[in-house]
Amino acid sequence: MLEIKALSKHFGGVKAVDNLDLQVTKGEIVGLIGPNGSGKSTLVNLVCGVLKPTSGEVMFENHSLAGQVPSTRLKNGIARTFQNIRLFGGLTVWQNLWVARNSREDIQSQSILNRWLGSGTALKSEIETALEFSNLADKSDVLASNLAFGEQRRLELARAVAAKPQLLLLDEPAAGMNQAEVGELEQRIRSLREQGITILLVEHVMQLVMGVTDRIAVLNFGSKIAEGTPTDVQNNAAVQEAYLGHSDQS
Amino acid sequence: MDYYLNLINTIGIHTLLGLSAYLLILTGQVSMAQAGFFGIGAYTAAILTVIFEWSILSAIGAAMLVSGGVAFLVGFPALRVKGLMLVVATVAFSEFARMFFYNVKWRVIRDGAEIGPNGTMGFPEIRYFSDNGWLNWEVTIFIWIFVVIVMALIWWSDQTRIGAVLRAVGEDELAADSTGINVTVVKVAAMTAGGVVAGLAGSLYAHQVTDLDHHTFTVLLATFAIAYPILGGLSNVFGTLIAVLFIQGFLVEGLRFLGDWRMLLFGALIILAMNIKPLGLFDNQTIRILRNALGVKRRSGSV
Repeated sequence: MLEIKALSKHFGGVKAVDNLDLQVTKGEIVGLIGPNGSGKSTLVNLVCGVLKPTSGEVMFENHSLAGQVPSTRLKNGIARTFQNIRLFGGLTVWQNLWVARNSREDIQSQSILNRWLGSGTALKSEIETALEFSNLADKSDVLASNLAFGEQRRLELARAVAAKPQLLLLDEPAAGMNQAEVGELEQRIRSLREQGITILLVEHVMQLVMGVTDRIAVLNFGSKIAEGTPTDVQNNAAVQEAYLGHSDQS
Repeated sequence: MDYYLNLINTIGIHTLLGLSAYLLILTGQVSMAQAGFFGIGAYTAAILTVIFEWSILSAIGAAMLVSGGVAFLVGFPALRVKGLMLVVATVAFSEFARMFFYNVKWRVIRDGAEIGPNGTMGFPEIRYFSDNGWLNWEVTIFIWIFVVIVMALIWWSDQTRIGAVLRAVGEDELAADSTGINVTVVKVAAMTAGGVVAGLAGSLYAHQVTDLDHHTFTVLLATFAIAYPILGGLSNVFGTLIAVLFIQGFLVEGLRFLGDWRMLLFGALIILAMNIKPLGLFDNQTIRILRNALGVKRRSGSV
C-alpha cells in the first residue's frame, strides 16, 4: 500500500532521512522507532507532504505522491496526527470533527451546498459515533483548547479518522500519557485496524509499540538499521547499540 | 436631524467595512487592502451612475464585482506572505489604488456642465440620490438594508460549516491542510468575499457623501477596518457592529464636546477597552452575561 523508495531528506548538511526504503502492506500495523533525531517525524512529514524529499519517492497504492500537497494526499487516503498536538483550539470538539470530514467519499456523496453547510442527519450521527469512540461525547460543545491533555490526544486521533483514511500516520500518540491511557490507546488502535485502516506508528513508548505492531522498522541517523517482528527487533544487536550505546569490551 | 442621519449612515458603512475585514481575520489574514477595495468600489459605482447614468442598484452590483475581482487577484500573491509581511504588501496595494484614483481624470460634458472624476481635485457631484429625489432618511434606510443583509449572511455562514472552516484555517494552517482543507481556496475565497463587501461599502459611501477625495482611502481607513473586528471580538458579527458604535458613535462623535482632548482620550480608551476585554468587546463572556440577563437558555447540542 505504501512504498517508500530510496527516500532522502537533507537539511543543509544534515541527512535527516537518508536513502530509506520501507513498505507497508494493507491491514498492517507497522511501528517506526529510533532514538531522538533519527528522522522519524521527518519521515512522517515526507509521507504526508509537509516536506518535499531531496530525492527518492513515496508511492501510495502504486501512484507516486510527488507534488501533492497534504490536503490532496488526505483525499487520497493518508491522514496523520501530530507529535505536538495541533487542534483547532478556538473551535469546539464537535467543530474540530466537522471541518475534518474531507474524504473523497464524503465530497462525492454530497451536493456542494450540503457539503459547505455541513448539514445532514447522517453526518451528525457519524460525528456522534466518532465522539463516542473517543470517549468525548459529553465534551461536544467544549472548546478544544479547554480539553485536558489526554482528551486532546483522543480528539486529534478522532479528527484524523474523520477523514476516513486508508493509511493513518500516528506521530508519537502516546507521548505524555500514563499507563492506563496507553492501554486505552492500544485498544483504540486495534479497533481502527479492525475497521480496515492501515497504521504506521511512530512511538517511543515501547509498551505500545511492542504490544500492538506486526512489524517494526528501526531508524538511526536517517537510515533503517533493523526491521522485523517486535521480538526480532528487541534481540537485534544493532538496535540495542543505537539505544543503549556501544558496550565497551576492553 | 441630518447630523444624526449622517452619523447613522457612517456607522452602517463602517460596519460593512469592518465586516469585510472580519471575514479575512477569521482566516488569519490581517489585510490593509480593505481601504483599496473600498476606494475601488466607491469610484467604480460613482463613475457608473455619473458618467454612464446607470441605476444605483446595478452600479453597486458592478462595483461589488469589480472590487471582488481585484481582491481575487490580490488573494493569490497574498498567499505567499503572512503576518507583518502581508500587512506591508496590502498597505502597498491600498496606496497603489489610492494613487491610481488620484490620477484618474475623466471629465465629460453633460447639460453644459463638466462632470466626472477630476484627478487631484477629487470626484465631486455624485448626485444620484438628490437628482432622483431621495430623502435623507430614505438613503439611510437604503444603506442599512445592505448592512442587515450582509450581517445576516455572514452570521448565518458562521453557524454553518463554512464558518468553522474559515476559523480552522485561521487557527492552524498546517493542521487545516493536513485534515484536508484546501487552504489556498479558503484564503482566496475569504479575500474575494472581503473585497465584495468592502466594494459594497465604498459604493454606498460614494453616493452618500457625493464627493470623493483620495485622502479618504488612506492607511487610516484600512486601520479602522481591521480595528473594528479586533476590538469587537471575533465571536460573531455583532462584535464588529458594537466596535463601530463605540468608535464612530462614542469616541468620534459622542466626545466631540471635549475638543482636541478627544484625540488623547481616543487612544487611551481603545487601549483600556482592549485590556479589559482582550478577546473583544463582544466576547463569549459578554454573550453569557447578556443571555443570563435576558433569561435566554443556552442551546444544547451542537452547531
